[in-house]
Amino acid sequence: MTTELRELYQQVILDHNKKPRNFHVLEGTNRTAEGYNPLCGDQITLYLRLEDGVVKDAAFQGKGCAISKASASMMTAAVIGKPLDEVESLFQRLHTMLTGETGASGDGLGKLAVFAGVREFPSRVKCATLAWHTLHAALCGAAAPVSTE
Amino acid sequence: MSATTRAFRIPVNPAGWDAERIRKDFPALHQEVHGKPLVYLDNAATSQKPQVVIDALTAYYTRDNANVHRGVHVLSERATDAYEGARERIRRHLNAASTREIVFVRQATEAINLVMASFGRTVVGAGDEIVISAIEHHANIVPWQMLCQEKGARLKVLPVDDRGDLIMDEYPRLLGPRTRLVAITQVSNALGTITPIKEIIEVAHRLNIPVLVDGAQAVPHQAVDVRELDCDFYVFSGHKAYGPTGIGVLYGKESWLERMPPYQGGGDMIKMVSFEKTIYNDLPYKFEAGTPHIAGAIGLATALDYLDGLGLDAVGAWEHELLVYGTELLQAVPGLRLIGTARRKAGVLSFVLDGVHAHDLGTILDQHGVAVRAGHHCAMPVMDRFGVPATVRASLGLYNTPGEVEALSSAVRTAQEIFA
Repeated sequence: MTTELRELYQQVILDHNKKPRNFHVLEGTNRTAEGYNPLCGDQITLYLRLEDGVVKDAAFQGKGCAISKASASMMTAAVIGKPLDEVESLFQRLHTMLTGETGASGDGLGKLAVFAGVREFPSRVKCATLAWHTLHAALCGAAAPVSTE
Repeated sequence: MSATTRAFRIPVNPAGWDAERIRKDFPALHQEVHGKPLVYLDNAATSQKPQVVIDALTAYYTRDNANVHRGVHVLSERATDAYEGARERIRRHLNAASTREIVFVRQATEAINLVMASFGRTVVGAGDEIVISAIEHHANIVPWQMLCQEKGARLKVLPVDDRGDLIMDEYPRLLGPRTRLVAITQVSNALGTITPIKEIIEVAHRLNIPVLVDGAQAVPHQAVDVRELDCDFYVFSGHKAYGPTGIGVLYGKESWLERMPPYQGGGDMIKMVSFEKTIYNDLPYKFEAGTPHIAGAIGLATALDYLDGLGLDAVGAWEHELLVYGTELLQAVPGLRLIGTARRKAGVLSFVLDGVHAHDLGTILDQHGVAVRAGHHCAMPVMDRFGVPATVRASLGLYNTPGEVEALSSAVRTAQEIFA
């Protein structure tokens, strides 16, 4: 296996793909959004329970590639218990790490830094960000499904 | 060759077939990706180009470039001769009755849209029906859907069985007095199914229903004779047949094309223009508004010369050998399911792998130098029919080798190990 592939498909990502966390419909949800990546057919429904500007609970359902599934799984785990401004800043950091012009840095991303390897695979960046774009839409209350295209 | 493949029957070269010599004709094949030799198995998306086609484009732009059908000068005459020569070359390749029946377009998609806009809008009305099949490319679905919406007509779909064969018993029942057109592919891009197109045409013609054949996936792999088929329209793209992108062909029976209104207005498609009235040009120019892709037409004619030089029977035989070999190798991979196992198949190996999404598989194959398509192949209804969101599709071309098919299957096994 090449180094790039090993960086992309890290054990943590493979594990979340096989056993996604928070992979269910959420009871008592007050924000949901749909995300869709037409290129590869990845589809996600995201459920959030917000209270006083804090993500009290998060879950998702859907189907997709390992990167999109692991990303959704790890995202839900990462945002539960966080205030919205911290959630937004996580997304910005992740986005910069995946697409920014400067070298990939996982600073401040915690476990999410595992997605740094995606940077070397431009066609897969959308897989890693689909869940986050969907989260953004859920927080903004967007009615139409989010598409990565 | 790896131990896992030793039990399989190795492809037999058709008489005189020299894969290594043929590969030398295609400069793009000789490169490394991710440090591995390129294994190009995305031919159903587009084929690589032989040097003679690249040279023909260069020669045209280097020496003969001018606009066609206009100039009194030498370069324009040369460009016109080459462009019209290409039309005659394509007529000969398809065995059309006349060059009046050969219209240059951008690709098969535009050819279908031309027939939809010109033939469809004239002939199809409210309550009429158009018959397509369940294995069409989006290009042979969406234009007809648009027409049906516009006219209040109905789209009827010939179903497909679990192998990927059209269910021909259903076909006669779909045809009726309101059927205005049958539009069906000759070879499925997503499954490789070779449809019984001759039968499809014959049955429709008994009811005087015209038939459009999508030949985009057929022309690169087999000889096509539009008079023998007796189809009313035949469309294909140059770039899948080893020619340039941006050039394609619409064949239409003269009797239809004569009656059809122009598709686009502009220069070259007119005889005389005043503000009161325009007299349209003769066939085929009536359908070619504006400066055409002259170099593309010349390049496509060169590609057909190249294909005929190899012999399409030999091309088809070689690709079939590779298909049989690839099918055996892939079927031996545990958890791999081939999507599309029609009785008659062109060189398409579409598959899914347990526990590995097609998109992940595509990335891993690419890291091994193996270029395939991962996705819905512009045939989302086919994916729905087979209950998969996406497949990996390896599609064969005349320059592929048994070693490349082995590289595919070995990379698939590696992917399986990563996700084990």
